[in-house]
Amino acid sequence: MAHRSKKTGRRHPLASLGLLVLGLVAAGGVSTVVGQVASADASSQAPTQLTADDGEQLFQANCASCHGVNAEGTPEGPSLIGVGAASVDFQVMTGRMPLAFSGPQGMARTPQFSQEQSDAMGEYIAALAPGPDVPSEEVLDTADANVANGGEIFRINCAMCHNVAGAGGALTEGKFAPDLHDIDAAHIYEAMLTGPQNMPVFNDDNISPEEKADIIAYLHFLDENPSVGGFDLGSLGPVSEGLFIWIFGLGGIVAITVWLTAKPN
Amino acid sequence: MAEETKMQDVELHRDAALERSSEFENPGLPPHRKRQTDLHPEKAKRAERTVFTWFLVSALGSIVAVAAYIAVPITPGDLTTTRMNNLLLGLGIALALLSIGIGAVHWSKQLMSDEEHVDLRHPTRGSDATRAKAVEVFTLGDQESGFSRRSLIRNSLIGALAVVPLPAVVLFRDLAPADEVPTDVFAHTMWEAGTRLCLDPTGTPIRAEDVSYGSAFHVIPEDLEESEHPLDEKAKAAVLLMRLPADALNESPERAGWSYDGIVAYSKICTHVGCPVALYEQQTHHLLCPCHQSTFDVKNHCKVIFGPAKRPLPQLPITVDDEGYLIAQRDFTEPVGPSYFERLHDVDEDGHVQVAGTTTEQRA
Repeated sequence: MAHRSKKTGRRHPLASLGLLVLGLVAAGGVSTVVGQVASADASSQAPTQLTADDGEQLFQANCASCHGVNAEGTPEGPSLIGVGAASVDFQVMTGRMPLAFSGPQGMARTPQFSQEQSDAMGEYIAALAPGPDVPSEEVLDTADANVANGGEIFRINCAMCHNVAGAGGALTEGKFAPDLHDIDAAHIYEAMLTGPQNMPVFNDDNISPEEKADIIAYLHFLDENPSVGGFDLGSLGPVSEGLFIWIFGLGGIVAITVWLTAKPN
Repeated sequence: MAEETKMQDVELHRDAALERSSEFENPGLPPHRKRQTDLHPEKAKRAERTVFTWFLVSALGSIVAVAAYIAVPITPGDLTTTRMNNLLLGLGIALALLSIGIGAVHWSKQLMSDEEHVDLRHPTRGSDATRAKAVEVFTLGDQESGFSRRSLIRNSLIGALAVVPLPAVVLFRDLAPADEVPTDVFAHTMWEAGTRLCLDPTGTPIRAEDVSYGSAFHVIPEDLEESEHPLDEKAKAAVLLMRLPADALNESPERAGWSYDGIVAYSKICTHVGCPVALYEQQTHHLLCPCHQSTFDVKNHCKVIFGPAKRPLPQLPITVDDEGYLIAQRDFTEPVGPSYFERLHDVDEDGHVQVAGTTTEQRA
């Protein structure tokens, strides 16, 4: 009896593990609550209308350490003078800025600011020097866009990096062209207009606003319509298709061969 | 006595002494084990039903394929209906074929006789009598046909056979243009002095002032569509136009006049095996070929900095006309695309400026 009682309660071998799990859950819960409180603070500071002055304050607090106090750029970040509100909206609202970590490429993630805050920063940046503005609703209207023409323009100008099916692809030294599925129309437009990171700029003389709308319509057509040829394996071409056929095709052949030569019992 | 025994144990075989005691004894066939289906008739009956079921499933698969083809049709004009139609059709046919195979294998494994037999392979060499007979037949054939005796007929037959492949040679030669030297086709493109640089695919001429920094324009010659074979011409004349900040561009003095205000134009055809090189990174100014990862440095006249390509991309010398549109100064000074034997003969001695530091150029 005495022996058994030793192994129960806080001397049980699993007690330390249980304590660890309890501690982790508690710490995680507290950090979630604190995080929620912090973000609630952020959104409560964001009334419906923010001005360029609010944008400047947000810029000073969140961006100036890399882009300089007057957005003139530092060795850590490029100058933002003349990049325009379109660039700010794309970088902030796809979560690429502020950078999650420094690496070959800024990665998309959940946006860290509300649309109003982003617009205020855009207003501030646009006031420094003229640059491309956020596209209007009319420009982004794809109701009478030509999907086939969008596909052609996409294949000529975009497909070499982003893949014909918009599945993305590798570039040099760890950089990559991202997947273009389920991207907001405004962000596609702004990316073409401003050329974020290593993407070239496609100004309105290169690809006209109508053609840009056609491209958006084409990309959204790809989102809404499944691959005609069946399971697309990520549309990555020979890499995923080769892996599939090597693993499942050859694996199946090996399994059948084993079955064929096994002795019946 | 003991020595004699030893000699008996050794056998001379093809000049090698083999010790008999080291030979393996032929173990023969393992004892035949009866299967469950041989021992229990009810199990044989069950296996029979299983095979029947597989064949039935196969027939069902065929019917499913036909039914699906009719029930889930491909609607003209709606590409997406192909997906379900093809999926069901493929699954039906796969089921029909696979089930026959699985049923047949199961039948042979469980029900057909599995007694082991030994079939000895007969020697490949024919018997002496057969060989002598064959020689006799050939000799007789030669005598009766007069193949050796009538040498005129024999030699003319050999001559006729030798000429037979000639039409094929002419046909294959004619795959390349017959009215000009084939390498001339590679040596020159549509670009000539004054040809406007136009947007692919619309053919809109490009103004120098419209090319903003960091841009990449996909360019074709202005009169491409009027040419006899637009696609053939595009395959050689395709150009990528980029604008770099003046401090990024590191031009050699001999080629300084080839760009206009930071705008440079390079052939889009990779010098490795001819893929379109157009993955331009506007911060690093690297041009990447998607096929084999050859990387060209736009800052330094598209010198190869990585990958299997051996030569820089050919540069198109450009300038602007009176109306501000970008035009070509002349054709490329060297053949575009991958190397070929006569390539160095086609490099224009007058206009060509070799990019400094590319010793590999001599390798053509």
